[in-house]
Amino acid sequence: MLDFSVLTNNIDDYLEGFKYTIYASLLGLAGSFVLGTLIAVFRISPFAALRGFGTAYVEFFRNIPLLLVVFLFYYGLSSFGLQLDGFTSGTLGLMVYTSSFIAEAIRAGIQSVPAGQMEAARSTGLTYVQAMRFIILPQAVRIVIPPISNQFLNLVKNSSILGVFAGLDLMYFGDQVNLDTYDAVSTYLFVGMFYLILTFPLAYATRVLERRMANAA
Amino acid sequence: MKKNKLWGAGATMLLAIALVVSGCGAKNDNNGGGSASNDSASNGSAGGSEESGIIKDIKDRGKLIVGVKYDTKLFGLKDTASGNVEGFDIDISKAIAKKIFGDESKIELKEVTSKTRIQMLDNGDIDLIVATMTITDERKKQVDFSDVYFKAGQSLLVKQGSPITGLKDITKDSKVLGVKGATSIKNIEDKVPGLRVMQFENYQEAFAALKAGKGDTLTTDNAILYGMAKQDPGYTVVGGTFTDEPYGIAAKKGNTDLVALVNETLKEMKDSGEYATIYEKWIGEKPPTE
Repeated sequence: MLDFSVLTNNIDDYLEGFKYTIYASLLGLAGSFVLGTLIAVFRISPFAALRGFGTAYVEFFRNIPLLLVVFLFYYGLSSFGLQLDGFTSGTLGLMVYTSSFIAEAIRAGIQSVPAGQMEAARSTGLTYVQAMRFIILPQAVRIVIPPISNQFLNLVKNSSILGVFAGLDLMYFGDQVNLDTYDAVSTYLFVGMFYLILTFPLAYATRVLERRMANAA
Repeated sequence: MKKNKLWGAGATMLLAIALVVSGCGAKNDNNGGGSASNDSASNGSAGGSEESGIIKDIKDRGKLIVGVKYDTKLFGLKDTASGNVEGFDIDISKAIAKKIFGDESKIELKEVTSKTRIQMLDNGDIDLIVATMTITDERKKQVDFSDVYFKAGQSLLVKQGSPITGLKDITKDSKVLGVKGATSIKNIEDKVPGLRVMQFENYQEAFAALKAGKGDTLTTDNAILYGMAKQDPGYTVVGGTFTDEPYGIAAKKGNTDLVALVNETLKEMKDSGEYATIYEKWIGEKPPTE
């Protein structure tokens, strides 16, 4: 069933796609984390305008399919004269889409720390920012690691969306290998194997991190 | 315990009802197919010694199942208003159904793409592929082809006024768009060393990308490009053809009877002038003389 010649004969295609999938994943991970944190701060900000923007952002992007988000970047922006290629559109789409989930995870984590903690910290004379930095966030981090690591795993797998927009990723080249070999089962099992090479260490790393955090507390 | 038993009985009843209902449905469908199909089916099984294999299976089933494109102007396009699929490939398919059953409506069309068609044929989902499919040596290992039913060649579609006027203007840095699984990708990459074609799922997506300015040109068979140019006059086919790509009708490997029947149909159509009529109706010009 599994024909290894499919892998060995097309290793260049697989590695080329793997390279772009790694780029998209790394950029997506960093971008969605930064963006997600920012939006989470907006969501719990004392200013109504920022809260409103954060809520609108989260509810818009997490409630439409990723495919449509990438469509917006790929086709939508070109009607305003901004031409992005498939890789860039796909990676930006991944960032924005995933950041809305990450923002929610972070917000929920921060808000799960009892309000009394903030009140107690403030009453000892700490400022709001100091209280956040030293009292609230260290507790929140432990809570948000599991949901965020889930989002990171999803991001790596969702990067396969690039294939639809000629984004040169693993799935794009996987399709080409399939068309050369007509062996869909082997082709896509090897594609899956390459995704595992990325996702398995990621899952393992977050588990280690979780354990460390638990011990630190 | 008692509750579980009740559930089991309920589920069994539901299953029984479902079976009866679906059984009835299938029976009705057969009757609805008309007496002609039943007749031909029974004739087919009676004369089993003469007709064997795939053609008998098709007659027993009462309809020919053909894989066609749904997204390709002129050849196979689904009319979103009426739901009908129409085009050159469809008319050819109907002629084959007419040859088998004496009735061109004894046909079922299924959507295929360049990517899915061979797998669907191998799975037995379809009897024939009539879907702008180029005959190649590589594909001959996978399927059995009929005689050529359309002579296509690869060309380029560009926006009106584009600096690209033919293959000579394509460099390895040109942004060329194409469709996954089509021979046209390999052809142009061979002719322009170092070129990497950006490939999309189907022709509509590739054309949408061209319109959105994602590439300089879209390359595939001229017939398909003419269809796109018809759809949007802002685009035009340039540079003539730079390959010779004969379209064939594909049957599953080993179904030689069916291929022979298709070839016979094509020959009859050409002799009777029906082929020329269909050709002009869709392509807009007379078929090239042999």
